[in-house]
Order: sequence, then C-alpha cells, then structure tokens
Amino acid sequence: MIEFQQVTKRYGSDHTALKQVNFHLDRGELAFLTGHSGAGKSTLLKLIMLMERPSAGNVVVGGQVLNNMPRRQVPYIRRHIGVVFQNHQLLFDRTVFDNVALPLEVMGVPARDVGRRVRAALDKVGLLSKEKMNPMQLSGGEQQRVGIARAVVNKPPLLLADEPTGNLDPKLSADIMHLFEQFSQVGVTVLIASHDISLIHDMGRRTLTLEQGRLTGGMNHGL
Amino acid sequence: MASDAGRPRQGRGGAQSRSEVRDVAGSYLAHHRKVARESALRLWHAPVASLMTWLVMGVALAMPVALLLLLGSLQGVSAGWESSARITTYLADDVSLEQAQRLRLEVGSRADVEGVELIDRDSALAEFRASSGLADALDYLDENPLPHTLLVTPPEVGRTAAAVEVLAAELEAMTGVARVQVDLGWLQRLNVLTQLLGRAVWVLALLLGGAVVLVIGNTIRLAIESRRDEILVAKLVGGTDAFVRRPFLYTGVWFGLGGGVVAWILLGLSLWWLSGPIERLATLYHSNFTLSGLPFDGALALLAMAMVLGWLGAWVAVKRHLDAIEPGVPAGS
Ligand SMILES: Nc1ncnc2c1ncn2[C@@H]1O[C@H](COP(=O)(O)OP(=O)(O)O)[C@@H](O)[C@H]1O
Ligand SMILES: [Mg+2]
Repeated sequence: MIEFQQVTKRYGSDHTALKQVNFHLDRGELAFLTGHSGAGKSTLLKLIMLMERPSAGNVVVGGQVLNNMPRRQVPYIRRHIGVVFQNHQLLFDRTVFDNVALPLEVMGVPARDVGRRVRAALDKVGLLSKEKMNPMQLSGGEQQRVGIARAVVNKPPLLLADEPTGNLDPKLSADIMHLFEQFSQVGVTVLIASHDISLIHDMGRRTLTLEQGRLTGGMNHGL
Repeated sequence: MASDAGRPRQGRGGAQSRSEVRDVAGSYLAHHRKVARESALRLWHAPVASLMTWLVMGVALAMPVALLLLLGSLQGVSAGWESSARITTYLADDVSLEQAQRLRLEVGSRADVEGVELIDRDSALAEFRASSGLADALDYLDENPLPHTLLVTPPEVGRTAAAVEVLAAELEAMTGVARVQVDLGWLQRLNVLTQLLGRAVWVLALLLGGAVVLVIGNTIRLAIESRRDEILVAKLVGGTDAFVRRPFLYTGVWFGLGGGVVAWILLGLSLWWLSGPIERLATLYHSNFTLSGLPFDGALALLAMAMVLGWLGAWVAVKRHLDAIEPGVPAGS
C-alpha cells in the first residue's frame, strides 16, 4: 500500500529531514512511526500526503509513484487518504456533522448519501448523538474522534495519523488507538506517528523507528 | 416515438449509468446552489462592510454609464440639427446678377430643394465689411473680390447627410457654379466634441473598471485570509482548486451584482433630479434635447457587466492568494 524507496527529503540546502528511507507497508497493516521530536515523522507523512515532495527516491502509494504527480492530480490522491492530526483541524464555524461531511462535499457526493455516511462515521466513533453540536462544545478526546470520523467518512483505503493522542490522557489515548485497530481490521492501512513509547509498546504492533531522519527499526515486517 | 418506447428495454445498463451521470451533475449543481446561497448570506450578515463595497462599486460603475447616457443624448441633438444643414453655392466670378437670378430660379425649382436665397456680391461685401472688421483693408481693393452666392436649404423631410451630399455634388456640376460648401458649422464641432468625449468616456470606463476589479480583489483577499483554516482543511481532504475557489468567485459575483444595483439606483436618482431643469433649459433653447435614461436591457447589461467585473476581481485575488495556501505544517512537528 505504501512503499518508500531510498527516500531522502532535504529542507533547504543543508537540513536533511529524511535519509534514504526504505520500507513497505501492506494493505490492511497497522504500523507505528516513532522517534524523537524532529526525527522526521511528520515529514514522512507529508510525503505520503503530497504536502511535500521527496528530494530523492520514490514514494509509492497504492501502486502509484507520487514523485511527479502533477499538482492538478493531488486532490484526487488525497481523497484516498484519511488524515488525523494532533490539533485535529476542525472548523469551529460549523457543526460536527458539517465538519465530518466536508470530504464528501469535496467529492460531490449527492446530498441524500451524505447524511447516511456521516452518521455511519459518527456512529463508529461513538458521537452520533453530538452531530448538531459545535466542535468547540466537545472535550479534547471527543474532538479528536470527530477528526477521525472525518478522516474515515469516505472510506479511504489508507489512514494516516500524526500524534493523534498528543494531548489526551492515557485512557483516552488507548480508546483512540483501539479505534484505529478496528479500522485496520476491516482492511484499512493505518500508519500512526507518535512518540508515546509506552502506548506503542502496549499495542504490540510493527513499529518504524526514525532517528535523525534514518529508519533504524521496523523496516521488515513482523516486528 | 415507437423507437423511443422500445429503448428502455434494450438499454437498462445505459439508463442506469445515465442516472449516475445525472446524480453527479445534480450534486454538482446542488453544490453550486449551496455555495451561491452561502456566499450571499455571508455578505448579508456583514451588511456594513458589504454596503461599503457596493457603494464604491456603484459609484465607479455609475460614472461612466452616466457619461455614456449624456453622450447618447448629445448624439441625439446633433442628429436633430443635421437637418438644418445649408449648402453655400459660390457662383463663378463672371456670372452676372441676371444669370445669378436665373440660376436661383432653376435651383429653386428642384424637388430636393426647399428654398434658395441669393446674396449678390455687393451685399456680400457689405456684410463682410461689417462683420470682419477689415473695412479699411477692403477699401484698398479696386474691385469686389466676392462672387454672387446662393444659399440652398434642402427640404425638412427625408433629408439625410447622403442626400445633402448628392445635392451638393449636382449643384457643383451646374454651369456658372464655382464651388459648393456644405456648411455644418458648429454641428461639426459638436460631432468632433462628442467623438472626443466618447473616447474619454471609454478611457474613464476602463480605468474605473480596473478600479472595481482591484477593490473587489482586495475585499476577496481579506475574505480569503479570514477563511484560511477552512481552505487548508478543504485542500487537505482532497478539495480541488475549483472547489476552494468557488465560494470566493461567487462572493465576487454578488459584490458585482450589488454594485450594479447601486449604480442603477444612482443613475435613476440623478436622472430624476436633473430631468426638470434640463427640460426647462431645452425649452428655452427650442432644443429637442432630452437626457435619456437607462433602458431596461441597458440596465441588465450594466448588472451583467458589474457581475463580470466582480468575478474578475475575485479571480485575480484567488489566483494570487488562494492557490498559494497549501496544507502546511501539521501539528506535532
Ligand atoms: N517546512 C520545513 N522547513 C524546514 N525545515 C523543516 C520543515 N519541516 C520540518 N523541518 C525540519 O525537519 C526535521 C524533521 O521535522 P518533522 O518531520 O516535523 O519531525 P517530527 O515530526 O518527527 O517531530 C526537523 O528538524 C524540522 O525542524
Ligand atoms: Mg511531527
């Protein structure tokens, strides 16, 4: 589903955020991406999202090489990738429902299907009763779940999360992680960047470790 | 008809994909409607700011249109006065007064001539002496250098510039006629003036149109800044450029429409305010001058133009400021 081939990413001329990164993630696999702050986790996810382009090497997603993807095509690639951020990037000028509906609206899904699909996504994250509320009225954990609902509402085959539990307490963090596990069980490929070592340890999943831009662990499957 | 009836049976798959196409097209149109409505509501909910923009646009649009209307009215005047054209026919020097009188009768009997006045060379000289202030100089001449002259007036009805030209040419061809001059005098000056004014109006319209585009562009730029988060999220979840641009382009169009309506109102008010004095003035000068208002289709054209300008301004802002907004640094980096 995701393949990095000798991927290097430089910012400017001197700073190298990723150095010759190689790994392969299968369809339906759930993996963690860990490392200290500044190790290059976000950069790696941004390359998959086409928010950045590699300086060298190939990024392949769903069999497509992204390197020379024309700008025009970028939105259509992103529609196949759900993303969750620590600061969840919800819009506070509209309801929970409208936040979750945005990816569908962007794709031009007919109105009568939107309601059904948004409610299905909200149901999955346990927020069906709060669809009419403003995200501002929700707790941090609930807001994060709205973000997840938005990321999965159009059933993307790939789900990326950048520090999704960053400012949640351990109990809520574990809940969120279990949600991600459920998605991977139905065939969604999930890649979660996090520096919460203990949580990752508890999950017992494949863990890609970055150290100063180099991948030092988890290159091979099964570990 | 018969083949139409048979169609659904043989093309079920086709009908289905057609309905899918209709679905997609339907949701596309539904989205346009939604965005159009939402951007209109946004303007409605910020009435003061919107009104300011509308007023600025309205004034900028009303000015050139007002001048165009004035210009149209002036052209109406010159069209009316064209009929007062007279043809001055200078006779040859060797034509005697008697011959001149015969010529006057001959010309006067033409169907395309309303009246002829003969000015003999003596009275011409007297008039010239009186009007030119060159009396002393004329005294040095030992003979009158002026010829007899026929002043020919074409008939009132069915008189066109072309007909006057033809008549002038035929007069010139007569024996005893030296030269013919179609005297449009101040009318020609007015025509030149309206032409000049016409160009000036277009230059002004161009400049003010540019100003409108810039005003809208700046307003839309501010709107883009204030909705940055929304733009980022929309792009992040796969919104195309067209999708994120759409609300701003509609906003520009609504600004344009509002500005056009304001311009229309301003024009109507000014005309109403001016029409009384103008009528009195025209009566005093026995002129057929009327300041014509904006006809209905002209008003529609004004609105359409205003909307196009608004859209253009929004497009400029969107191209410069919106395309540059790309999902940036996600948190946690
Ligand atoms: N847009 C950018 N421009 C320049 N340097 C950047 C940019 N984004 C990240 N970096 C640098 O690249 C390195 C890796 O950053 P990042 O991928 O965000 O790390 P992490 O997410 O693991 O904390 C850091 O040293 C960071 O300062
Ligand atoms: Mg990061």
